[in-house]
Amino acid sequence: MNYEPVIGLEVHIEMLTKSKMFCSCPVVDSVSAEPNSAVCPICAGHPGTLPVLNETVVDFALRVATALGCRINPVSIFARKNYFYPDLPKGYQISQYEEPLAVEGQIFIGEKLIRIRRVHLEEDTGKLTHVDGRGTAESAENPVESQNRRAPTGGYSLVDLNRAGVPLLEIVTEPDFHSAEDVRAYAELLRALVRYLGVNSGDLEKGVMRVEPNISVRPVGTETLGTKVEIKNLNSFRALERGVAYEISRQIQLIEAGGAVAQETVGWDEAKQSTYSQRSKEDAHDYRYFPEPDLPPLVVSESWMNRVRASLPELPWERYKRFRADYGLNHGEAWGLVSEKAAGEYFQSVLGAGGGAVRTVYAWVTGELFSLMNTSGYGFESGKLPPQEMAALLKLLADGKINQNTAKNVLAEMFASGASAESIVAARGLAQVSDAGFIAQIVAETLRENPHELESYRAGKVTVANFLFGQVMKKAAGKANPQVVRAELERRLKE
Amino acid sequence: MPLTLQEVEHIAKLARLELTDEEKTRYREQLSAILDHVAQLQKLDTSSVPPLAGMSGSESHLRPDLARPGLGAAELLKNAPAQADAQFKIPPVFE
Repeated sequence: MNYEPVIGLEVHIEMLTKSKMFCSCPVVDSVSAEPNSAVCPICAGHPGTLPVLNETVVDFALRVATALGCRINPVSIFARKNYFYPDLPKGYQISQYEEPLAVEGQIFIGEKLIRIRRVHLEEDTGKLTHVDGRGTAESAENPVESQNRRAPTGGYSLVDLNRAGVPLLEIVTEPDFHSAEDVRAYAELLRALVRYLGVNSGDLEKGVMRVEPNISVRPVGTETLGTKVEIKNLNSFRALERGVAYEISRQIQLIEAGGAVAQETVGWDEAKQSTYSQRSKEDAHDYRYFPEPDLPPLVVSESWMNRVRASLPELPWERYKRFRADYGLNHGEAWGLVSEKAAGEYFQSVLGAGGGAVRTVYAWVTGELFSLMNTSGYGFESGKLPPQEMAALLKLLADGKINQNTAKNVLAEMFASGASAESIVAARGLAQVSDAGFIAQIVAETLRENPHELESYRAGKVTVANFLFGQVMKKAAGKANPQVVRAELERRLKE
Repeated sequence: MPLTLQEVEHIAKLARLELTDEEKTRYREQLSAILDHVAQLQKLDTSSVPPLAGMSGSESHLRPDLARPGLGAAELLKNAPAQADAQFKIPPVFE
């Protein structure tokens, strides 16, 4: 029998505001910051404290929801989601349940429509580290709702509350995905979006964006949804795609063998490239949701919505269309420049600064310059090598003042020293020589110095021409215009 | 209507409480009485009353996004029963 996977996604995105969602503690990098260095009585859940909502959190969330074409609820309500786990100091998480911030959005993966069910705000939890009896620490990623966890070997757990109260946006799709590739494409598009909107770095490895797919399979042609399994701990796009593909085939094999899929949450084991059972899933009523009495309903005025709409930048899918239409880039080229916002903007700026033909600028920005950026650890957003400088270099190349090879060397030096292309070329005497008299002279010298090669060429071994070309260029210290050299060499060889 | 024993056990599990059989019986009676008491409210006709999401009745009060330092780990952990590596040290929790 043929099976069809049906997948819905929950994505949690930290809103990288200056302060936390309900208190003034700074939002810090939970991987590198000193433990518990950004915690106050509010996010530590002390009795008698009151949460006050951060305005920018709402603004960031509205930006994302609006970009996704959602309907914004003019009044949304915070709710308490109750469960006990030590990463949650209050014993409940402030979330949104019945009236979320926004509903009914959409996004396209190529031609495929993915419906967004809801977008809501909630607070992140703290971070637990388990130290086993031998003193080996292991980070346990956010096992919300978990039950009955006891280490068999003794040891203890550590709680760091830096992340507790960091604002999170949860984006839930309808079960509109049918392949691991589309899941990945969606996650990558969402990453690009939150980066364009300036609300998140999109760093899956650091856990500031967490993608949790709900997967079920059903026989092709049937309507009823199968039992779903949620995967957590997918810390990269590759892990996401592989985890989903693995889970799909696991479920199909299980059903084919006469078994039944159990509703549960599984974790992705990167080392073993497989999933493992984490727990059986609780039902929503076990969370005993009720309206958060400490927070009044969140009211978003029409003018606020309009302000957000007007402030949105060009969105990734808009830029993608423009890059394809205006620059004639293919899918992979356009997406490559769109997904890395700064690279795409750099490319545009070089073109705008007179860097020359689209193909040339594309080749240099995504080729030589990209690898320099990569190996040096700088990014296109670093301001290293302004696009005007890059354009000036490409202009020297296009005008024939330097050759391709020299341009590469000059670029490396520009990158290292920050000097302009013109000044490097002038200071090191790298300007390309096209002077016919000079080139005729070095070609003649080279032929005189290599009589055997000249002879074998004339005897019919034409490949020797390449060797002789190389010798001429060497003599000219790489500065001779290669086209002029080739023409002159050919003329002399055929004499 | 009294709660079933299974319901009491389920609630205890969610609250991470281990109950003896005697406690289960006792709490079943007590919890049932509380629920029966509250259930009287359900007799009221509330079809014309809009749902209430908060007591203050006011619009959202929002705070500008300004960060201030937290308490600092030392101060925060003063009341912790146990600590290690600037963190709360707790009995082991694991999958």
